Amino acid sequence: MNPNSEIYNLRVNGKTHEIRDSWVGESLLYVLRERLNLPGTKGACEQGECGSCTVIMDGQAVCSCLVMAATAIESEIQTIENLSDGGSLTEVQDAFVTEGGVQCGFCTPGLVVAIEHLLSQNPDPSEIEIKEAISGNICRCTGYGRIFEAVDKAVSVRKAKTS
Amino acid sequence: MSVLVPRTLQDALQATAANPSAQLIQGGTDLMVEINFNHRKPTDVIALRRVDELKSIQIDTEKSQITIGAGLPYQQMEHGEIARRLPALAQAARTVGSPQIRSAGSIGGNLGTCSPAGDALPVLSALDATVNLQSADASRSVSVHDFMVGVKRNARLPGEIIVSTTLPIVSGWQGYAKVGVRNAMVISVASCCLVVDRINGTIAVALGAVGPTIIRCRETESWLASQVDLKTKTTISPNLLQEFGTRIANESKPIDDHRSTAAYRRHAVCVLARRLLTRANSQ
Repeated sequence: MNPNSEIYNLRVNGKTHEIRDSWVGESLLYVLRERLNLPGTKGACEQGECGSCTVIMDGQAVCSCLVMAATAIESEIQTIENLSDGGSLTEVQDAFVTEGGVQCGFCTPGLVVAIEHLLSQNPDPSEIEIKEAISGNICRCTGYGRIFEAVDKAVSVRKAKTS
Repeated sequence: MSVLVPRTLQDALQATAANPSAQLIQGGTDLMVEINFNHRKPTDVIALRRVDELKSIQIDTEKSQITIGAGLPYQQMEHGEIARRLPALAQAARTVGSPQIRSAGSIGGNLGTCSPAGDALPVLSALDATVNLQSADASRSVSVHDFMVGVKRNARLPGEIIVSTTLPIVSGWQGYAKVGVRNAMVISVASCCLVVDRINGTIAVALGAVGPTIIRCRETESWLASQVDLKTKTTISPNLLQEFGTRIANESKPIDDHRSTAAYRRHAVCVLARRLLTRANSQ
């Protein structure tokens, strides 16, 4: 075994994964993409400014680039890959497609995770609450207008389903 | 080469005693950036994120003070009891990064990194906070003014953990303001905390990101107290307000760097301090 390696377990998307031969300083983002073959979470700034690496950890939206993977043992981690139940899209994902919230698409997984996290805590957010919730996610294509429309659509679709 | 994730403060203190040079990590929002950019390559790490004792809030109404665990995320200071009793701290907490950053970042992390741009640090300075440190066999409390010794340098000794900070509940107005390149997700270019103690008739002004560490404007504070009665809300004349801002700017020691220029920072703290003083006397 490489002396500069760690073996530890991570709970990702409901499954326990053993991480081997990992360097101590590896970020959760790196481990998800390069070791667990979960490339849906995107990496861009690697300094917590862009939000494209957003995942849910123990019920909180976090930047996976700022989590030291080896310290995330015993945490429940949810990535974009686990939001839908298989082949179908969630209401948020579907609304991003139909409302034109996706252009280059690079920010989309992080935004979808941040919005799913918001709606899980607040199913009918105000405009300012939506803006606050995605203030840590940068999109350089859409100008955000179509993203806000997608959130509104997802909220109304979910409301119709539950009423 | 090891990563330890202790679950109790006692285990964490034993781990630091056994390896005093190990890298401590709380929320990771500063340290991981340095690691991601290869500026730092830790070998031994002690992660404090699982230590619940570092996330406590203790309100002592008799002593009129609040002790906040070093690992309490900023998210939990935005509303509730802390926001009601320490509004300047809540305002500073709301300006930290984004929701993602506020669910990880903490006062202990700000103190550990000790960057002059740390958002909570001007609040700690203006309130004369105490930093509580613990090691396996001792504990001590240090004034925040003695704790912050320079750019990213503090008085923490090897083997010590920053466990909490104690802040007084002051009767009077307090506020925090910062300037950055945009509203969300920004590291401050200049920041200011202003606290008026209406009982004692004093004012405290602390500046962030305009010197090697947080700057307390003590000369301006005593000058203003000699000019107006701070025990009550008073109308500050435009001339006095102007001079207040100029004196504050003169006490700052900003530099040119990748985030801004010294001249802009000097101007910014002048405006921020005037704005806060105006709010203190109108709200």
